[in-house]
Amino acid sequence: MSLTFKDELRAPTTRRTRRERIRDSQPGLFGIRTWKKTRLITACIFGAISVFPLLYMISLSFQPTGDILTSHPVLVPTRPTVINYVQAWSENSFGRYFFNSMEVALGTVLITVVLASLAAFAFARYNFRFKEIIFYAFLAALAVPSVELIIPQYLLVLKLHLTDSLFGLILIYASENLPFSIFLLRGFFEAVPKELEESFRLDGARTLRVLTRLIAPLSIPALAVVAMFTFNFAWEEFVIALTLINSPTHRTLPIALNFFIGEHTTQWGPLFAASVIATIPSLVVFLISQRSFQRGVSLGGIR
Amino acid sequence: MASVVLEQRPAGSPPGAASRRGRRALRIATPYLLLAPAAFLFLLFIAYPIFRQFDISFYDWHIFPGVANPFVGWSNYSHIFRDPAIRTAAWNTLLFLVITVPIQMGIGLFAAAILTDRMPGRGFWRALIFIPVITSWVVVAYIFAYIFADQGGVANSVISLFAGHTVHIDWLAQTWTGNAVIWLISIWKGVGWSFIMFLAALDGVPRDLVEAGRVDGAKEVRVWRHVVIPNIRPTIMFVLVILVIGASQVFTQVFILTSGGPYGSTETLFTYAYQQAFTFFSFSYAAAIASVMAIVVVGLSILQIHVLRSGDRS
Repeated sequence: MSLTFKDELRAPTTRRTRRERIRDSQPGLFGIRTWKKTRLITACIFGAISVFPLLYMISLSFQPTGDILTSHPVLVPTRPTVINYVQAWSENSFGRYFFNSMEVALGTVLITVVLASLAAFAFARYNFRFKEIIFYAFLAALAVPSVELIIPQYLLVLKLHLTDSLFGLILIYASENLPFSIFLLRGFFEAVPKELEESFRLDGARTLRVLTRLIAPLSIPALAVVAMFTFNFAWEEFVIALTLINSPTHRTLPIALNFFIGEHTTQWGPLFAASVIATIPSLVVFLISQRSFQRGVSLGGIR
Repeated sequence: MASVVLEQRPAGSPPGAASRRGRRALRIATPYLLLAPAAFLFLLFIAYPIFRQFDISFYDWHIFPGVANPFVGWSNYSHIFRDPAIRTAAWNTLLFLVITVPIQMGIGLFAAAILTDRMPGRGFWRALIFIPVITSWVVVAYIFAYIFADQGGVANSVISLFAGHTVHIDWLAQTWTGNAVIWLISIWKGVGWSFIMFLAALDGVPRDLVEAGRVDGAKEVRVWRHVVIPNIRPTIMFVLVILVIGASQVFTQVFILTSGGPYGSTETLFTYAYQQAFTFFSFSYAAAIASVMAIVVVGLSILQIHVLRSGDRS
């Protein structure tokens, strides 16, 4: 209570009324005022723990080798240098790996979003035989993901002559991402009012136009979530790429990063510089999709 | 669901019987056509490999062309029970699951509870907590490998600071500390995912119910137990099932940090199976391990859903 009192003393009138409006429209789970300071401090601690290793990585990437390998860790670069970045980018054909990964990630996002949208559209808007059985067959695959199927997938890719091919990676990544994407999109597509679709169709729209012009634009949050998860999956995937890609020219970033660790020496500086570069695209994709993110998760079929 | 499929023809097309039949066929085929591309990829790269996995596990299968692949029945499976190395791997996997899953969920729910209401910089804190999720496993593994390095690692420095003398723990070269680092990094990276799921769920808890409970004079803890938790139960179930599936196939962090060492003591089931397949080329044995895992994981998922559902009804 004392906290409220102080708040009211300090806050100008206009702000107080705005606060009151918020308080009335959305009473919090804790009440809007309770534990405010404690919550803020806890949030700071969580935030700090979450980003410390990453900030430390950024700091290390700007340190000369001497500072990285001392017995006393240097938290903030005292002699900042970009030599690690120069080295990371120029040696090991890092640029190539970066663009390989970009190609794979974007290809995977494209295929997953298109195919999952089509399938989710069928599940959300049509009645057909075995509909729920087919849907649950897709869902059941959530229980058998990535690492589990690596051996038979490897053999299949051998048979299809897709080893060492980025396209092969894209197809596998897309398949792995389809179940969850279809699951999420179906919930979202079903939420688009039927009347809208009917009037759209009366205007002469055909099936695909209903999807591209009506349902997809209304489902941007869910599509953003699917795109983000899929991009990240493809961008950071390690085991499958490690197993299927043999030639150095087709390596993706995670595999390339792994090669900074030598048998005898580890080039920590260039490794961290490369890691920072490798993290930037994930961050950018996250920040772009972040606004849509929470709505996407909450309106999907989970609840 | 009402059938809403009314294929509109351009005005000029003749309304003949043949085209009407064609239209009807198209209307029936539409959902299947929409499904076809996704189903094709799914059948080829997920469904077929699942069956192929079981298939291989009954042979002494060789990757090299021209070598005979004799049918060996259940012998790969019976070998699982006679293999002492797999006991360590199974124990490590189980321990990993039992430790990381509840802690991730607990911290995730706690953080979501903290950040569900309006507060200064709420969006910023939410983004920070989610960032480890989008950071690549390889990157995360190396930062932690550096932090837990025996010479000049931050972890040892901090401990030295508190201990008052220099401490040299070779974290990744010992069984227990190696496992502990693997747990820690998995929890650190995983919390954000549960967090975002719980955040979405808490958003949907009807606030008037919570307020009503509070007006009735119920304590915060009781409000949570009787109003909030029952409301987010489906999400708790979903998160639990997905995390258990994920934990049961822990791989990348172990593979990079310890490669299962020292002497296989931090090995998990999938690092072990992977090694069997791609180092020793015992594809069939690895396939048998993976098949058993698949059955166990699917069984576990069904069991969890069943138990949590029945708890719902009571």
